[in-house]
Order: sequence, then C-alpha cells, then structure tokens
Amino acid sequence: MPANAFNGFTDYGIGIGLRVPHYQHILSKKPAVGWFEIISENFMCDGGRPLKVLDQILEQYRVVQHGVSMYFGSSEKLNREHLKKLKRLVKRTNTPWLSDHLCWGSVDGRYTHDLLPMPYTFAAAKVTAQRIREARDFLEVPICVENVSSYAEFHVSEMTEWEFLNEVVERADCGILLDVNNIYVSSKNHSFNPFDYVNGIPAHRVAQIHIAGHSKFEKYILDTHDHPVIDPVWKLYERAIQRAGKTATLLEWDDRIPSFDEVHDEALKAGKFLKQLENEIASA
Amino acid sequence: MKSPARNPQTKGEFRQLQKLMATAVMRSLARDDSMQRKWIDGRPAKKIAESFIKPNDRLTSFERLEIYNRQYWFRVRDCFYADYPGLRAILGDKKFERLTDAYLAKFPSQSYTLRNLGSRLVKFIEAEPRWVSPHKQLALDLARLEWAHTEAFDNEARPPLKTEDLAGLDAAKIRLKLQPHLTLLKLENEVDNFLIQLKKNSGLRGEASNAMEQNHRKKKTKVARGLKRRTNFLAVHRHDDLIYYKWLEPGQFRLLSALQKGVTLQKACEELVGLKIPGNLGETIQEWFQSWAALGWFCGLKQSK
Repeated sequence: MPANAFNGFTDYGIGIGLRVPHYQHILSKKPAVGWFEIISENFMCDGGRPLKVLDQILEQYRVVQHGVSMYFGSSEKLNREHLKKLKRLVKRTNTPWLSDHLCWGSVDGRYTHDLLPMPYTFAAAKVTAQRIREARDFLEVPICVENVSSYAEFHVSEMTEWEFLNEVVERADCGILLDVNNIYVSSKNHSFNPFDYVNGIPAHRVAQIHIAGHSKFEKYILDTHDHPVIDPVWKLYERAIQRAGKTATLLEWDDRIPSFDEVHDEALKAGKFLKQLENEIASA
Repeated sequence: MKSPARNPQTKGEFRQLQKLMATAVMRSLARDDSMQRKWIDGRPAKKIAESFIKPNDRLTSFERLEIYNRQYWFRVRDCFYADYPGLRAILGDKKFERLTDAYLAKFPSQSYTLRNLGSRLVKFIEAEPRWVSPHKQLALDLARLEWAHTEAFDNEARPPLKTEDLAGLDAAKIRLKLQPHLTLLKLENEVDNFLIQLKKNSGLRGEASNAMEQNHRKKKTKVARGLKRRTNFLAVHRHDDLIYYKWLEPGQFRLLSALQKGVTLQKACEELVGLKIPGNLGETIQEWFQSWAALGWFCGLKQSK
C-alpha cells in the first residue's frame, strides 16, 4: 500500500532528514534525493536563514514535516499559538502529511524538550486520540504518530506499547510513522520481541517508516541517531514493509553527522529491501 | 506531591502522573550529575521512583527515571553552551554550568522551542548576580549581546520603509516602527569584538531533533582576560540573512531607543537635547535617518491625527 489516506495518497520513496551541516552541499550540488523530512520546530520562526534555506529547498525537493514538540500524549489542552505557527509552515511546505510523536513532554506550560513515554492506559489513549483529532482538524493535513524509544515503563500500564498505539490510532483514525529503530531500542530496554510489535500494528495505517542508528550502553540502549542502521533493525524494516507494502522511508541522523553522501548512501540501503519486496510481489 | 493512583482511569489521574514525572525529570542533578537521592520533601527519591516506574532485570526504577533526568539536563545545557559561548568563556565551564542549572531550575523552558531558552537570562542575572560574581556587568553585557544574536537570527523582517516614505511627514505626529530583528544595546565592556573573535571558531546552535543527547565532553574554554571597560552603543541586526553589529553614537542610540519605545519622532529627537552633536543638528539627523532607512530598519509608521 504505497499510497494511503494517511500519507496524502503519495508514493514517496527514500528520503533523508534535512540537517544544517548539509545545507551547502544540497543547495550547491542539488543531489537527487526522493524527499526531505524537516523538523518543523526548526522552521517555525518568523524570518532569517532557516526560512530562506527552506524556500530554496522547496523549489527543488519534496518536503515532509516532522515535529518534536506537539506532545499528543500530554494531558493539557493543545497550544493554539503553536498550532497557528505550525499551520503557517504547513501552508508554506505543502507537506502531504505531518508527523509527531506518541509521547508527552510538557506540563503546566513547562517544557522538557524530551519525548517522554506514555502510560499505556485507556484513559491516556482517549486523551491522546482527542488531541490528535483536534490537531488534524485545525491543521487540515493527515497526521501520523510515531512510536518513541523509551527507557522506562509505568506500573499503571494496562497493555503493551503496540496495543496502546493501536488503541490511539483507531480512536483518532490517524496514520502511523513506524520507527523500526525505536521498536528495536525499546525491545532491548523492555525485553520484548520486536517482531511481535511489527506484527501487531495495523499495517494499513503505516504511512511512513523511520530508520536510524543508536548507541548501546551496558544496561540499556539510547536512541542517539548517530550511527548507521544495524542489521537487526534492517530485519525489522524488511518485516515492516512486508506487512505495510512499499512505504515512504526516511533515515534519521542527528548527531556526529557525517557527509551528505554517507548519510544518503546509508538511506539508500533501504532500496535493496524495497526492490526485493517488489520482486516478491511480482513473482507471486 | 501525592503518588499517582495505580490505575489511572481519569484524565486527572493521568495528569497527576505526568506532573510527578515532569518534576522528577526537570529536577536539578546532584553534583556528580546523578539523580538526587532525596525527593523534594526529604523522602528517598528511590521510593518515589518505585511508586510509578517499573524496574527491569538490569535497572532499578530509580535508574530508569534517572536516564530521563540526566538527558533533560544534558540537552538544555548543550543548548546553552551553543547559545552563550561568550558568557561561558568569561565565567569558565564550572561557573557557567552552575549559572545554567540555577537559571533553568528557576526559569524552565516555557516554549516549544529551545531557541527561547535564554529569554529570561538577563532578568535572572540582574536578580541573582551571585551566580556570575565578580563579573556581573560583564556577564550582563554578554547575556544581552548573545540574546540579541538569537533575536537577530530568526525574528521577522518586515517590508522596510524607503527614505522617501519619511519625507514631508509631521514629526510631532508620526511614530516609526523598528524591525523586530533589531536590538539596541548599551554595553559597559568591549564584549562585541570579543564575541566576534570567539564566534569565528564556533558552530551554530544545535537544531531540534528527536535524538537523545549524549553527555558531550565539554570543550575547554579560556577565561577572557584583559577585556576593556568601555561604554559603547550597538545595534545588532540582520541584513541578507547575516547578523551584523553597527556601532552607534550616543545620540543615535538615544534617538533609536526612544523610537523603539513608541514615542513620536519629535519626542525622540528631543532626547538629543544636551548632547554634543557635531555639525548642523538637522542635517546630521537627516543623514542618520537616511543611513538607517538604507539598512531597512524602519518597517512601519503610525500617524496620529
């Protein structure tokens, strides 16, 4: 299912995250890239270089917005000023869908700037789904929620993470940005089988997939986006596209960022799996 | 703070859990950058963590919560290191970190973007100068100048007025608006040249991302010595997407500051009374306005009846 209602019926291939160290290379060399994902918050400003660069990118490339501070899982009301700024950016980029995380990060107007894990309860799912619906109605663009990496679990949880994701997306009738690296990281931190996760989500709602690298510590794994994708994550990716079909795929690399070509080459490795899938479908 | 209910069925209980966790995550770290062992009310923090976080076979509840507590501080400190290289250089790493921690404990972020993290730093230093002692004025100068950089970087640039737009207007009735990216500063130390030198070797502020921070090793900085005390007036602004300094004469600073406060052009010019301005006052003021208009600093005017 390459195109669905959750990604605006688009058929995007492999993209990479737009990052400052690559600006000059992209603008001068104009490399062939399927699409760029931008972090919305980096461009929700009123002027200056960020918007100028964005406009230059938009002249040449397709751009999809990805947010880090909508906090769909927060128990507070949505921030209208935030939404207004986001909508201005949506109009500027013409993003076919918009994603943010299934998490929370602010309370009483104080921001942690982190993607904090949800308690997997029905009450939390209800509140979260309501916020997603409100945001979608205001922004007038399909919304996808991304599963986060987590390092803690709550006693109060009543279901698994993927059951919670299902509960939220069904209630909100929204899409999923499936981050297979985050599934891997959380599976190691919480000792579950990551394939149970990939097999347990509603594949028809997957609009986009994230791949990334991480850092392994003695007792846990941290989602640092500063390494190439490891083989077990590629295996999860392979399984995810078997279930969801050929899906828009994006590599995230946010720290110790190597050259543009290195990042792009890493992203293009996904092409092998997408081609393999095409062949399987053709031969079937 | 009460521990959350075991089975949050209501929004209130769900909210209570988030408040508890946010308090733990944003609480200052202990001296060794670990999570504080005691909770706000003196109870063991371990007990608080156990009340809502599950342990696993490798980590206790306390240790799992501590990952988030440490990440929060690494992230906001990293942002401050990038946004205030000048302040960090004059204070030194340890003192700068203590200032950062004290400031953010009192004024945690209230914005969806880390860009605004330092918006209340000047206010904090003015109220609690002990964190920068004995460099209060120097620290204030740098905090103001480095915040002006943030404002100049991505604040709005409105369509500028042209010189001819200003001709023939009644000075007693018009109020001119200055560009939102323009900050006027009166500095008591020669921090402008110091920051220019320092920035030549530094990178841009980190962008927002959804990656977790590693505890980046702090770069060694040298305390700036020999910074001269010199009162100067500066405009920090953006032109062609680059940040510039324009040094101002005292009269220029007074006039522009008055305009920025929203007084009429005539009232703003009255601020010059008592100042020694070489040459013909009228011609000088006209030249100033031509120069500022050429830089695009005026972006609107309001004419009262």
